[in-house]
Amino acid sequence: MENSGLFFNLVPLIVFLPTVGLLINIIFGGRMSEKAIGTVASAASGLAFIVSLLLGYSLLASGSEAHVVPFAEWIKIGNLDIPWNFRVDTLSVTMMLVVSGVGTLIHIYAIGYMHEDVRFKDDVKRYGRFFVFLNLFIAMMMILVSGDSYLMLFVGWEGVGLCSFLLIGFWFEMDTLARPSWANSNAAKKAFIANRVGDFGFLLAAFTMFWYFGSLQFSEVFLKAEEVAASQPGVIMVITLFMLIGVTGKSAQIPLYVWLPDAMAGPTPVSALIHAATMVTAGVYLVTRSWALFSLVPDAQYVVALVGAITALFAATIAVGQYDIKKVLAYSTISQLGFMVAAVGMGAYVAGMFHLIAHAFFKALLFLSAGSIILGMERGHHHLANHGHADEHHEEVFDPGDMRNMGGLRKQMPVTFWLYMIGSLALAGIFPFAGFWSKDEILLDAAKNYSVVYVLLTIAAFLTAFYMGRQIWMVFFGKSRHAAAEHAQESPKVITVPLMVLAGASILGGALNLPYLHSLGQWLEHTIELAAEHGEEIRGYLSISWGGLNPVVALVSTLLALLAIGLSWLLYGRKPLQVGQIDPLKKMLGPLYTAFEKKYWVDEIYGALIINRYVDLARFLAEKVDWNFWHDWLHDSVIARFFRWFTKFLANPIDLGIIDAISNGLATLTKRSSTALRQLQNGFVRSYALSVLLGAVLILGYLLFK
Amino acid sequence: MEGTIPLSYYIAVSAILFTMGALGVLIRRNALIVFMSIELMLNAANLAFVAFARSYGVLTGQIFVFFVITVAAAEVAVGLALIVAIFRSKHSIDVDQMSSLKG
Amino acid sequence: MNSMLILFIILSLAAVLSALGLLLSRSAVYAALFLVLNFACVAIFYLLLGAPFIALTQITVYAGAIMVLFLFVIMLLGAEKLPKSQSLPWQRPLAIGLAVVLLFEAGFLLFQRLHLTATLAQPEAQINSVDAIRTLGLTLFNQYLLPFEITSILLLVAMVGAIVLTKQEKGAAG
Repeated sequence: MENSGLFFNLVPLIVFLPTVGLLINIIFGGRMSEKAIGTVASAASGLAFIVSLLLGYSLLASGSEAHVVPFAEWIKIGNLDIPWNFRVDTLSVTMMLVVSGVGTLIHIYAIGYMHEDVRFKDDVKRYGRFFVFLNLFIAMMMILVSGDSYLMLFVGWEGVGLCSFLLIGFWFEMDTLARPSWANSNAAKKAFIANRVGDFGFLLAAFTMFWYFGSLQFSEVFLKAEEVAASQPGVIMVITLFMLIGVTGKSAQIPLYVWLPDAMAGPTPVSALIHAATMVTAGVYLVTRSWALFSLVPDAQYVVALVGAITALFAATIAVGQYDIKKVLAYSTISQLGFMVAAVGMGAYVAGMFHLIAHAFFKALLFLSAGSIILGMERGHHHLANHGHADEHHEEVFDPGDMRNMGGLRKQMPVTFWLYMIGSLALAGIFPFAGFWSKDEILLDAAKNYSVVYVLLTIAAFLTAFYMGRQIWMVFFGKSRHAAAEHAQESPKVITVPLMVLAGASILGGALNLPYLHSLGQWLEHTIELAAEHGEEIRGYLSISWGGLNPVVALVSTLLALLAIGLSWLLYGRKPLQVGQIDPLKKMLGPLYTAFEKKYWVDEIYGALIINRYVDLARFLAEKVDWNFWHDWLHDSVIARFFRWFTKFLANPIDLGIIDAISNGLATLTKRSSTALRQLQNGFVRSYALSVLLGAVLILGYLLFK
Repeated sequence: MEGTIPLSYYIAVSAILFTMGALGVLIRRNALIVFMSIELMLNAANLAFVAFARSYGVLTGQIFVFFVITVAAAEVAVGLALIVAIFRSKHSIDVDQMSSLKG
Repeated sequence: MNSMLILFIILSLAAVLSALGLLLSRSAVYAALFLVLNFACVAIFYLLLGAPFIALTQITVYAGAIMVLFLFVIMLLGAEKLPKSQSLPWQRPLAIGLAVVLLFEAGFLLFQRLHLTATLAQPEAQINSVDAIRTLGLTLFNQYLLPFEITSILLLVAMVGAIVLTKQEKGAAG
């Protein structure tokens, strides 16, 4: 084998190491200490990261061509043969590295975070369960990115959806403030159902694909793509648009994004890992993976790009009006996912992947730092409670995530403050942080061909800087607006050290794909060009990401970002918010700000238009159709009565009258005839002789008269 | 002597004798007389054999009769021994007493 | 009506009547004697049919040996008479009825179907010739040698069987 000495055959380990970790924690977790549980889970994820590194090395050493590692036979029915193969190429390895790398850091962080979280929420036993879910998530995400067919990808796609559901509803019997309620489980259901809608689109895409291509393997589909596109142009269009529905579900784009803000009900490491860094990027990965299909239909690409751009702007405006620290980050995530989707929609796959990686770093950093802040606030709150002078603060419910309760945390939590600053600057796109390079590349690509997208994204980028500035000023500067903030405490090392690693990555991440060097582009080119022997048209779209640094675009975006930060200082930094004071922006914008704050009432509109109608329909079906019609009338009156009559009929005349009578009759007949025949056996030899004579007479008579 | 006797006369006598033997078997209860009746039936059959042998002009019939007489002698020896043995245990030679096989 | 036929009828009547006597006699001894008479009549039939050897065998083996054996046993057991009780009341009429039917059937067969009207040849020529007996002996010892030898084995077996059956077990009640 040509790849002997390389590590391609290790690839199943990226799925099975986390699986082993979760099995250990399921079986022995009850008897292990928290540290041991966390170590096992982190080690499982960390080893998967090492395997991913080895795979990356193997690719580099063997010319970066894709390798397919057959693993097991999965579905084999007649002509349909779908094996479980692992696909090792530059794209999948990139995703593996991000998933396992960021995932490992978040595992380590969670050791510290969950230690406190389970105590605040009074259920220490749930500690192990959390790591089981986290490891399951890593395994499923690995299946998603390493699968060699759309079906395998779908397995991972559903698997991560399941993990998302389980983790959002981790504290299923309470709300985010630990009050007894079903809010968290409702959030989990919302996420699951919104994703189901998207999965429906994905499935339709897969079915259509199978119908026209006869296969779901990536290589076969991509090979036939152009041929099918030539003969049936609509097919690729349909497939890609259905796929877009799946993308809007998983990657939280308009119109299915509504689940992501609610998903913040999960513990903060979950928000960071699943709902910011990895799972939500699955949609971006899907589009990138299917580049060969999307490249054939420019119209669909444009739709994707528009959806992404509109989402980016839309979510950014909502983020401006939020007070919950995690909600701001959630809408920021939606907005940034919009950037990525817009990028891959424009065909700028490398830029999209670049932003995906950079975003994974700094958004994970921000979420985890936010978690650290929330824990600090909780500690402060408990400190107050324990020291008795919590007179007026105890009656009201304390929300540790509300930015209006914070302020001045810079002094109490200096490490977290600096980490958060790095993350914010990276997100805002300030030179030389990772976000600057990746966002700039997207804007550059948009500026070339898609002016509408460019304008939308630039405004979104401006708002991004603004809401991050607002957050920084509100959280870390000014005076504490709540006693808990005054007594907030810094987090332990197990929490801050992973954050430092992520901060380092957020600073240096831009080096991955510097302009003119395009190291990431050259790396990914091996995958994205693999099937691209189809001509210049496709290359035209690809080349979009090969541009250099356009000084105008870079300057405009940087200036806008700085302007936004300055504006936020004017509003929130110069005169810090006071307790109970109305947001200054609200005074200026009035109803528009209320629209931001209320998230444009999208949930309410969905509720009124779709969900309540659906509930009405369900209620109608349940009460009228099911209960009254089916149950009361059809089942009770018609079917049950008929059956009662029928069974009675079967029991009395049929069973007793005929069937029993037959068997009883046969028994009686046998008994009687045997009694009768018994008389013949009388023991008198002469009687027997007489019957012999009778026989002789009869035979003779028969012979005579026949 | 000028007169001849038709074969059918002999066969008729044979049939009558056979029937009377059979009647003896069926009617009499004395085991010895039942036995004698069997001998009578054999005898009737022998008569028919000889008559047919004469009619067809072959000797096979006579040879058959010879064998039948031999077998009858053997049968009588064993049969009478049986009757003696039964009489020893039952003190009776009434065939109706021997009905232990009644069902 | 010739003298041969008259002789035949007389003999037939004697045979049938002696058979009837066997059937009806109360005593086993009488029955045995009637049977001897019957055997004698049949022996004369054999002579009429030109089978002197069979006739002689009939007299010596049947009427002589076998019937003497019967008489011995009758006298040995001393049970020549039985009580009149009948355990099978319908046996007698049924048997007689069936016998009559059988006779009718036989008669019908003989006179309506087979038409055995062939008359038999004159017997004198063979009665007085020794050739018939010689021919019989030659056939018996050539063509039927094996069955003949088997009858000797049969007689031996019968002899042994009779001895075993009647042998008194030691200590058993006589």
